[in-house]
Amino acid sequence: MSGNRPMHRSQDLEAVAGNGLLHRRAFLTGGAAFAAAVTGYTLSDTAAAQQLTEAPWSRGRGVSIQEYGTPSPFEKQVVRTLSNPRGEPRTQHGRTPHHLLNGTFTPNGLHFVISHSGNPDIDPGQHRLVIHGLVRRPLVFTLDALARYPLVSRMTFVECGGNSAPLFSNEPVQADVQAIHGLVSCAEWTGVMLSTLLEETGIDPKATWLIAEGADSLALSRSVPITKALDDAMIALYQNGERLMPGNGYPMRLLLPGWEGNMQVKWLRRLKLVEAPAMSYYEARTYAPILPNGKAYQFYFLQEVKSFITHPSPGLKLNGAGFYEISGIAYSANGRIAKVMVTADGGKSWAEAALQQPVHPKAFTRFRVPWRWDGGPVVLQSRAWDEGGNVQPTRAEVVARRGQTRTPVTNPAAFTSQHYNGPTSWGVEANGEVKHVYA
Amino acid sequence: MFTRRCAFALAIVAFASSVVLAQGFGKPISEAEIAPWDISIMPDGSGLPPGSGTPDQGAKVFASKCALCHGPEAKGGTNAALVGGAPLTSGIDTPKTIANFWPYATTLFDFTRRAMPWQQPRTLTNDEVYAVTAYILALNKIIGPNDVMNAATLPKVRMPNRDGFIVRFPDKMP
Repeated sequence: MSGNRPMHRSQDLEAVAGNGLLHRRAFLTGGAAFAAAVTGYTLSDTAAAQQLTEAPWSRGRGVSIQEYGTPSPFEKQVVRTLSNPRGEPRTQHGRTPHHLLNGTFTPNGLHFVISHSGNPDIDPGQHRLVIHGLVRRPLVFTLDALARYPLVSRMTFVECGGNSAPLFSNEPVQADVQAIHGLVSCAEWTGVMLSTLLEETGIDPKATWLIAEGADSLALSRSVPITKALDDAMIALYQNGERLMPGNGYPMRLLLPGWEGNMQVKWLRRLKLVEAPAMSYYEARTYAPILPNGKAYQFYFLQEVKSFITHPSPGLKLNGAGFYEISGIAYSANGRIAKVMVTADGGKSWAEAALQQPVHPKAFTRFRVPWRWDGGPVVLQSRAWDEGGNVQPTRAEVVARRGQTRTPVTNPAAFTSQHYNGPTSWGVEANGEVKHVYA
Repeated sequence: MFTRRCAFALAIVAFASSVVLAQGFGKPISEAEIAPWDISIMPDGSGLPPGSGTPDQGAKVFASKCALCHGPEAKGGTNAALVGGAPLTSGIDTPKTIANFWPYATTLFDFTRRAMPWQQPRTLTNDEVYAVTAYILALNKIIGPNDVMNAATLPKVRMPNRDGFIVRFPDKMP
């Protein structure tokens, strides 16, 4: 294998697209010298090289381990941003810092959370899940009872229907990837397939929907087609190996892989099988985006194919011209990510990104492209395709179909509309700073 | 669509035949026992409880239990106004209101009963929920000032934007 390297090296280090995008295998075939030349993104300027010394932490006894580990104190900036930190009587949002993470899974403490009336402090021993309505026999389940069924694990993203909404702005938004795309995260979820429980209750053939309801104070409720419930819906009990976080639905939530986050009812306590949707507040009002002609989409359900670059992105500065790795996240409700293309010249030419394997359906896929930045201003953008043949639309296509605001969005926490899956463009300036732009 | 329906029908048949094999851990529970949690109201009115209320009665309830957040006469305070609303052609970010957006009046009863007042949800009596619903609908001139709202009248209220919607993915609908 190593014998192939010199042969590949020259071609892989040639730009395959404008402004220095290299072949996706350049890191693999370019050799250690090339890999070592890659420059990291910085939150602040790095110190210059100096003579090595023994650091204080290498000369004394270390700190004791904790019962439940927490990240290094040096990572204290890696946190969610909170829209309502004092818990005022309105919705709270905690957004995932994608630019400070890597890989494909979101740590539980950084998984995005939206709580419309705070997180209920549920005693798992007292919690009950009821399935009733158009069933042969209504049943109630305790957490212990659910844990006795065959459990299934799957990786999947959960995304708020309002994620990325700032990009409906008619002008670029002065915000980072956390503010723009922080309402999507990805985890391994473990639980009981809902179809298993519905097999036990039996289904009246008249049932076409179910109403899912939470044990939070507003008893959030959403209607879900039975077809989805029987396809891949899960009653999730574990998140990345541990019990669900309170903000993600402890002790159980409805998981509908790839579908709108709000439908995946947290703190799930009731499923009622019915003949028609309830037209609950969140389906009749909130997650029904207004179209330019004054009509509105209803029952959007799917979080369509999307990608965005996390490295670099606003807040991550480029440390001078040289080699970098561009990387980001892609995902789709319609299965696996098939391809991600990246441009560094605002869409004139494109390079295919390497996809981190394995690629799971309806889950984050990390994409990477080697890049030789010449130090001049460039515009980066990614575009994803899924295995169903769906392609992430261009911004022009989104604006034509969905419209944009008439005045610039100045508060990225405001939801101008829902279900944006167009591209995100980052403008890299000569000083290495990154800003949102439209290309 | 045909394939989907067929698959669904087959699934039901499979359930019927495998019921003996299902080693379940659910415990039977009666609809009567579930009733305290069963607060879902459907657009056809099913689920609506007994009781009734008028706009005048609702004005009093609103002033004491809702105006703190939604402002006097529902004109808006720390939380959204519940009266008025711009045409939806004003822009994709037009604030969605009961008058300009909500397709069903039953949603107003359902959400008010399950989620309001925000600090003390599910403390209003059914009569109070009917009354507040009537008050808000009357403020928006969707019903008359003396109309009584109850399980029979509320589902018959036709909301202005009832036909303003397009199903995004018809193939995902049952």
